[in-house]
Amino acid sequence: MAEIGLRSISKSFGSTEVIKSLDLSVSNGEFITIVGPSGCGKSTLLRIIAGLENQSTGDVEIDGNVVNKTRASERDLAMVFQSYALYPHLTVQQNLMVPLKLRRLSFLERFPIIGWFMPNRSSKLDEIVSKVQAASETLQITHLLDRKPGQLSGGQQQRVAVGRAMVREPVAFLMDEPLSNLDAGLRVHMRAEISELHRDLKTTFIYVTHDQAEALTMSDRMAVMMDGEILQLDTPHEIYNNPSTIRVAEFVGSPKINILKGECDEKGNLNCFGTKITDSIKLAQKGNVSVGIRPEHMQLVSSKDKNVIKGKIVYRENLGSDIFLHLTVNEGEQKIIVRSEPSNVINTAVGDQVMIGWDEQKVMAFDVDGENITMQ
Amino acid sequence: MNKRTNLGSEVGKHIILIIGALVVILPFYLMLSFSFKSPAEIQSISGGFFGAQEMMTDRKCLKAERSEEECTMLPIVYNYTAAFKEAPLLRYLLNGVIVTLSIFAIQVIIALPCAYALAKLNFWGRDVVFGLVIFCLLIPVHAIALPLYLMLAKFGLTNTFAALVIPWTISVFGIFLMRQFFKTVPDDLINAARMDGMSEFSIVWKVMLPTAIPALLAFAIFSVVAHWNDYYWPRIVITGDQDLMTPPLGLRMFKSDMDGNEYGPMMAAATVIVAPLVVAFLLAQRRFIEGITLTGMK
Repeated sequence: MAEIGLRSISKSFGSTEVIKSLDLSVSNGEFITIVGPSGCGKSTLLRIIAGLENQSTGDVEIDGNVVNKTRASERDLAMVFQSYALYPHLTVQQNLMVPLKLRRLSFLERFPIIGWFMPNRSSKLDEIVSKVQAASETLQITHLLDRKPGQLSGGQQQRVAVGRAMVREPVAFLMDEPLSNLDAGLRVHMRAEISELHRDLKTTFIYVTHDQAEALTMSDRMAVMMDGEILQLDTPHEIYNNPSTIRVAEFVGSPKINILKGECDEKGNLNCFGTKITDSIKLAQKGNVSVGIRPEHMQLVSSKDKNVIKGKIVYRENLGSDIFLHLTVNEGEQKIIVRSEPSNVINTAVGDQVMIGWDEQKVMAFDVDGENITMQ
Repeated sequence: MNKRTNLGSEVGKHIILIIGALVVILPFYLMLSFSFKSPAEIQSISGGFFGAQEMMTDRKCLKAERSEEECTMLPIVYNYTAAFKEAPLLRYLLNGVIVTLSIFAIQVIIALPCAYALAKLNFWGRDVVFGLVIFCLLIPVHAIALPLYLMLAKFGLTNTFAALVIPWTISVFGIFLMRQFFKTVPDDLINAARMDGMSEFSIVWKVMLPTAIPALLAFAIFSVVAHWNDYYWPRIVITGDQDLMTPPLGLRMFKSDMDGNEYGPMMAAATVIVAPLVVAFLLAQRRFIEGITLTGMK
């Protein structure tokens, strides 16, 4: 277990700056997710923590020690790669044994031929084999131990990759999009398994993903990263319900948050194309704002309600448990999505004119710079 | 209609291929055939592939005052026994094995780390170094033969195995070939090995080497064939000591020892010398072709 700290880390490749003076503290045993669109620098950040890449400036600390000069192999971190990166010429068992052999056996004991005559080798090897056995039982891969990676499915390879990281009992796990090569069903399943593994091992996990659903479901805290900066670092609940900027709001949540053009007056009234959305803006400032309402906070209503937006259904997406209604509003100017219980919208069809209401408590507003304007 | 044109072009292709194959096979056919036949049959170009195999008497053997019975035998037996008797053919073969295998082993030991560094490590001047490697590919062996010879002579290494091996130990072709292959190995695999605690040298031998077996086999083919068949360099550095001669050089010595028209034993010797390569090819035919297509060389 370890605390990991990043102190004003920056990284440039030539003249392009991929990470801009970034700070991050990960506490002991925490599951932290770094989430962001591809190319935002999240994988580079992970590789800097691992020691596979050198930062341009700043310090990486593990348990309070600066490890800038420490080689990847000596940082005692384990990493699970997107491509799994299993040794193709070794069986699963040998793959799992490699990190242990390298750490437990001395140089001479590992040496071909000479090693066979070293006195402690066989007892150490027995210990390694039993460790591998225990790890493979945890991950339920005992029946695969004699196979080579090429003979395994993606999910099985993924387990082996996790196993290889696990056997060593590292101070922290680094995971670089470990689930993105799996099919959708397996991905959801493995999400639960990795969370469970984290609960069992109680080790620090740093998990990098571009999938906001993985970040929301698995992490203690998540860091939303864009263009080399962490925009917001908080619990998934906070990030979802109280995003600091419009970019975070748009990135987190599926389907995407509805953003409507609106105006705010001095009294704190918020209007979108002539309809009053809410009157609860605390720091009232006259001007243009962007109004954000999540799809599940909108619903179809009967016309008797006081504040409604008129819209037209253009597409109906049935997911079984929910129906996503894609609508055009403001005379076809803007598109929004409403997430609804199937029973509430059973009678709707594409082309229908409908009334849309919303939960005033959940409305968010962002100023022209995209900053969240605090709500009452 | 379409089928017919396909058939036509297929037949055309095969005719061309067959002609090509005949041109390549014909010398081998003659070599093998001559190694079976009696001198008379070779001279008169008769007796088909295998010759009549009539008993013949060796005149040289009679001159050595042996009995006529001892000197009469089948032409095939005569040719092959003469081949082994007249020159230390087994010695040549053994030398060939020692030289080609040492060259290949040292080439691998040197080329793999070089190729790894050029393919996967970032260091200042890497592209320049790789440019030099490419440049070295362009230098013909014959151009640098004289300085190499002088250097070896200065160190007193002529007429040793070292002279046969040392100039070939750094194979730029090997470095180039392996570098191109290593480029295709995913970085993640190397990073995983680093995270597991491997040193860069361990990565070369324990991760890169096993994944590069197909490329290595391709390189082995080029290296072993080139140095097994090499006549030029052994001819320069080995000047007389029969115990150091490689098979092609031995064959040359062999020829000058024989009477002018003793083609039978000579062809028998040649057959014995090419046999290891042919056998190796037949055993590893598929790997061979895989390897050559891998390098993109024809």
